[in-house]
Amino acid sequence: MSFLVVSGLEKRFGAVEVLKGIDISVPRGGFLVLVGPSGCGKSTLLNTIAGLETVTAGEILIDGARVNELHPSKRDIAMVFQSYALYPNMNVAKNMSFGMEMRGVPRAERQQVVARVASMLQIEDLLHRKPSQLSGGQRQRVAMGRALVRDPKIFLFDEPLSNLDAKLRVEMRTEIQKLHQRLGTTVVYVTHDQIEAMTLATVIAVLKDGVLQQVGSPAEIYNTPANIFVADFMGSPSMNLVPARLDRANGALVVGLERADGSTTMLPLHRPSASVEAFVDRDVILGLRPESIDDTPAADADGAHRHPLEAHVEVTQPTGADTLAMIRLGGREAVARLRAETGARAGERRRFMVDMSKAVLFDPETEERL
Amino acid sequence: MAANAVETAVRTGRLTRALIYAALLVFAVYYLLPLFVMMVNSFKELDEIRGGNMLALPELVTVAPWIKAWNQAQIGVQPTGLAPYFLNSIKMVVPAVIISTLLGALNGYVLTKWRFRGDTLVFALMLFACFIPFQIVLIPMARVLGFLGIAGTTWGLVLVHVVYGLGFTTLFFRNYYAAFPTELVKAAQIDGANFLRIFYRILLPSSGPIIVVTVIWQFTNVWNDFLFGASFSDFDSQPMTVALNNLVSSSTGVKEYNVHFAGAILAAIPTLLVYIVAGRYFVRGLMAGAVKG
Repeated sequence: MSFLVVSGLEKRFGAVEVLKGIDISVPRGGFLVLVGPSGCGKSTLLNTIAGLETVTAGEILIDGARVNELHPSKRDIAMVFQSYALYPNMNVAKNMSFGMEMRGVPRAERQQVVARVASMLQIEDLLHRKPSQLSGGQRQRVAMGRALVRDPKIFLFDEPLSNLDAKLRVEMRTEIQKLHQRLGTTVVYVTHDQIEAMTLATVIAVLKDGVLQQVGSPAEIYNTPANIFVADFMGSPSMNLVPARLDRANGALVVGLERADGSTTMLPLHRPSASVEAFVDRDVILGLRPESIDDTPAADADGAHRHPLEAHVEVTQPTGADTLAMIRLGGREAVARLRAETGARAGERRRFMVDMSKAVLFDPETEERL
Repeated sequence: MAANAVETAVRTGRLTRALIYAALLVFAVYYLLPLFVMMVNSFKELDEIRGGNMLALPELVTVAPWIKAWNQAQIGVQPTGLAPYFLNSIKMVVPAVIISTLLGALNGYVLTKWRFRGDTLVFALMLFACFIPFQIVLIPMARVLGFLGIAGTTWGLVLVHVVYGLGFTTLFFRNYYAAFPTELVKAAQIDGANFLRIFYRILLPSSGPIIVVTVIWQFTNVWNDFLFGASFSDFDSQPMTVALNNLVSSSTGVKEYNVHFAGAILAAIPTLLVYIVAGRYFVRGLMAGAVKG
């Protein structure tokens, strides 16, 4: 039973179509992350769920009830904004209790709830400060506190971490994750950061130009992206997309990568889907995650799907945890994620192993996955 | 702020500095001279003014001209002094300033946070009101006041000044609220505050600087206005400016310069006070939004 259902949602501003038929559903306690490049409509979608924007067509259900016509304050949601949107004229305690005051909650109860949430977020010392006297991280906490006092059916987060510095962002991300585990409240979270999406979500929805590209678990999105856009957007460094040709050799399907000298490297496909058959003798795009290409010897445990390949190393980029190597693959630049202590040097030809078990193929024309 | 001043100031030599101060001093004296003349002569006997140097300090200090200007001078029919007209002005200025400021704030709020189809056109038309010369509206305004039955009353003048000031107050508040984060309004909506609550609980408490600017602007303009006062008031509702004119330019009797000077200063005191009390916010408010932080 889905807790939040968005069906056939459309939103138009004048002649501009911002959302084009969005269908998403999230189970109770789920963590939905809406992700996409800026201008893709993810914030608009969040605002329509919040009730801050009206919808042109379609329906939004929360806990089985249609909320399209309900005022934002009646939808039993709480929202954390990108700028935190703390009322500058009120201190932290007032900021947190303003919503309860509007709903007519008695003063004693308001103070009790604020105190409880403040201790949960460890912001008791800040209750009498004005937002202008808080640091970015503290404001972020207060903004979450303001959402928490409501004890809503759904939390809405609109890029809540994008104004924090990198270190604090990772900390707060973990904090949000812990909070979600503890409270079990359903969350809708907007971000343009695919790492946030991967780490936080139970369900990811990828949007582009107001069109839903794919909905699925982080693993589904990462391993079986629906199209080239999703493949390219999710993952860092992003998936290598290499032009290739599909062929049949010894009864098995293989993809051929053209090498600089004109010859072809053949890589057999691992468990190809039925739809791939139609593309034999045609051009395809081979998608390989950087971690599917490495330079460890072939005699590994799952060596069966790993195939050798020679490639020219253009540069190497040690990141500490591992080393990224830019290599030439099928005439394109590709990234391989190697061990930190790899012996690969820029300028050399080197033997790599390609793990074909996670390779995906795309139709070069429709850009859909085969 | 202080750090900024150091950074942005051009380094200059002693001589340049001296020249700059000299020039500034000359201008300051130039602008203060009329006030000095008025002040000095308002404390002199009339004979001393006639016989002597306008710039000299009074030989014999007297407050009689001030008392006369305030409540004895012949203005109109009765020897009432300026006092009742001062009161008229207060009765006109205070409601006019409060109402026009509040309406301007409300307009600015709607034009930035509750935008509607054609809102920019509405704003453009209201801006247009800032550029309409006073004289053009005299006759239509007289008709409107007559139609409403408040011609010649203080409330009639209040209406005139509210309508005329609305363009400016709307402009001030619209520009101020344009920089006010819309997310705050959204947050308040989710918190369950309605249109008016958001206005007076969230926006108004954060509008201090622009309220000061608007109040100074409106107070000065309405208090100093002569044309509307002269055109739309009766004897019992004439503002200070009109009374001062009647005092100074009455064609009968002796020209009592010392009384005139005292009266003119009396007429200027309220605007001076408002500026002194709130002036430091004035510059700050005008700068708000222009520079971050």
